[in-house]
Amino acid sequence: MARTFCRSSEGRIPRMTSVVRSESTPLGPESPTATSAELPRPRRKSLWSRVWYERGMYLFIIPGFLFFVVFRYIPLLGNVVAFQDYSPFLGVLHSQWIGLQNFVNLVTNPDVVTAIENTLIINGLQIIFFFPAPIALALLLNSILSQTVKRVIQTVVYLPYFIGWVVLVSVWQSVLGGDGLLNQTLTSHGMGPINLMSNPDLFKPMMVLQYIWKYVGWGTIIFLAAISKVDPALYESAAMDGAGSLRRMWHITLPGIRGITILLLILNLGNILTTGFEQILLQEPAVGADAGQVLDTFVYFEGIVGGQWGLAAAVGLVKGVVGSILVISANKIAHMMGEAGVF
Amino acid sequence: MPTRSIASRPLWMERPKIPVTVTKAITLFVVAAVMLFPFLYVLAVSVSSQGDLNGSTVSLIPKHPTLEAYRQILRNGAVIRSIEVSIGITVVGTLFSMIMTTTLAYGLTRTRDVPGSRLVLLLALGTLLFSAGIIPNYLLVRYLGLLNSYASLIVPGMISAFNLVVVRQFFMNIPEEMLDSARVDGAGTVRIFWYMVLPLSKAVLAVIALFYGVGLWSDFFNALLYLNDPGKWPVQLVLRLFVLQGQSLGSADPTQQSGQPLPPPQTVQMAVVIIATLPIIIVYPFLQKYFTQGVLSGAIKG
Repeated sequence: MARTFCRSSEGRIPRMTSVVRSESTPLGPESPTATSAELPRPRRKSLWSRVWYERGMYLFIIPGFLFFVVFRYIPLLGNVVAFQDYSPFLGVLHSQWIGLQNFVNLVTNPDVVTAIENTLIINGLQIIFFFPAPIALALLLNSILSQTVKRVIQTVVYLPYFIGWVVLVSVWQSVLGGDGLLNQTLTSHGMGPINLMSNPDLFKPMMVLQYIWKYVGWGTIIFLAAISKVDPALYESAAMDGAGSLRRMWHITLPGIRGITILLLILNLGNILTTGFEQILLQEPAVGADAGQVLDTFVYFEGIVGGQWGLAAAVGLVKGVVGSILVISANKIAHMMGEAGVF
Repeated sequence: MPTRSIASRPLWMERPKIPVTVTKAITLFVVAAVMLFPFLYVLAVSVSSQGDLNGSTVSLIPKHPTLEAYRQILRNGAVIRSIEVSIGITVVGTLFSMIMTTTLAYGLTRTRDVPGSRLVLLLALGTLLFSAGIIPNYLLVRYLGLLNSYASLIVPGMISAFNLVVVRQFFMNIPEEMLDSARVDGAGTVRIFWYMVLPLSKAVLAVIALFYGVGLWSDFFNALLYLNDPGKWPVQLVLRLFVLQGQSLGSADPTQQSGQPLPPPQTVQMAVVIIATLPIIIVYPFLQKYFTQGVLSGAIKG
């Protein structure tokens, strides 16, 4: 850590000298190493005196720093149980090391294959059907002239975002479930009941619908902000040139939000192995593992419920590593396409 | 057409065509109805009487409204207990989260001056990219001896990196000159934080508190994972057991219930849903105006 302190303090010095240089030699650029050698270095306090001077700030930093180390970084080390035949009674230190056996078991486990398939299908459906929805809604909201109507609609569509999954699934159950509103209506009109909530074939579309319902409104916030940053002069000149409202949307608004769209798409791709864990955990028992098992629920049911700690940790580790690689490569691709990317 | 909406129309924009306006209005109405209808339906069921429910469909305005279902719940010790637990976890957890998040965010505002703080910032940002997964987190909570304690629901989630970034961004937008003048007057770091930075940031603090509060109130997974004792369960877990798994509630006093006609369980189920949603519905309108500002100050710069 000490090395990083030094590096950050060195990182400041060239910046300081470059300021001095531009003042003292206004005539033209020189080689920075030569000038900084000639000029006296600006007086800098030593590292430790700077640390002491800012001691009040460390009171603010240290608790949060400890939090991140203990609860976010030490668990990363906990992934070693993926290489162990972990037993809760022996603990991490005394459990038997079995090398890559867990990963071998993982590849040959048919449930893992099902879980991967389900995860990819649900995420694929989400990217196709959910991703464009907030953009469409944002465009529609943006085209509303009355601010009052706009605000009221926004209040309503943000609401489901704040409702937890248990409540949300309960509400859906009461409308579409076995003895819910839909089936009561159907039976009273002499039609057979259909249970949308516990039908394995309909599980994945239902997941996506619930996801859209919960997040579509909230998702518009960022697109509305991006749209509001588009220069109004562009619209005006396009209108002068005779472009109607649809053409203006197509040629000005959509290109204007291209950057943020690609950025969000990247984030989605990075999470392609993660899908609504709580949402599915709540509903998987109703439709069975074949239709509903995803990687996260596999980890929960195999590891914590079933006691297969090593195998579950291996699945979690692979998932985390693949996810990180995906984000980083998607980001690279965005850079190659000339977009800003995430980082 | 109200004159206001016409006034807000830019001069170059053509007058809206009637069919287009009507289509938009219908679309928006449908979207809003789809969002709201399920909640209204649940509310209607929860105040319906037995007779209403037996007559096939419940209409949104029950013919014989009754609060019997709510009375039933208020007599049930398990539900009351779970509501108390949820309120306690939400209040205490939000408080801890706010303290931890605001202090760290302030500590990370001057990464140029405070040696090492940039590293801490990068550590925090790194957690946006990767996380350890369920099993290692569970093992950590177990090793710390937090299993079956309410602390396990609060402590591991005290700081969200996303909220940290939002708050830090907001703090950094406070003009440095204001803080410098306080420094010249002899105020220390803690004093400046308490008397200047926090009061200037009320809007963003309200939003972040809402996010933490909603997260804690709605969470069921951590409770499922860490609390083995059903007596400690928060209301979301009771809801899951009662509505989604259709189990009858372990009533505190069964003799009291058997004597009188019970309302249909569905009304009681929906009453629990309403109670579990109530705090959010109450707080939501007060904080709604800050959402965009709070979310965007961290997400997009400029």
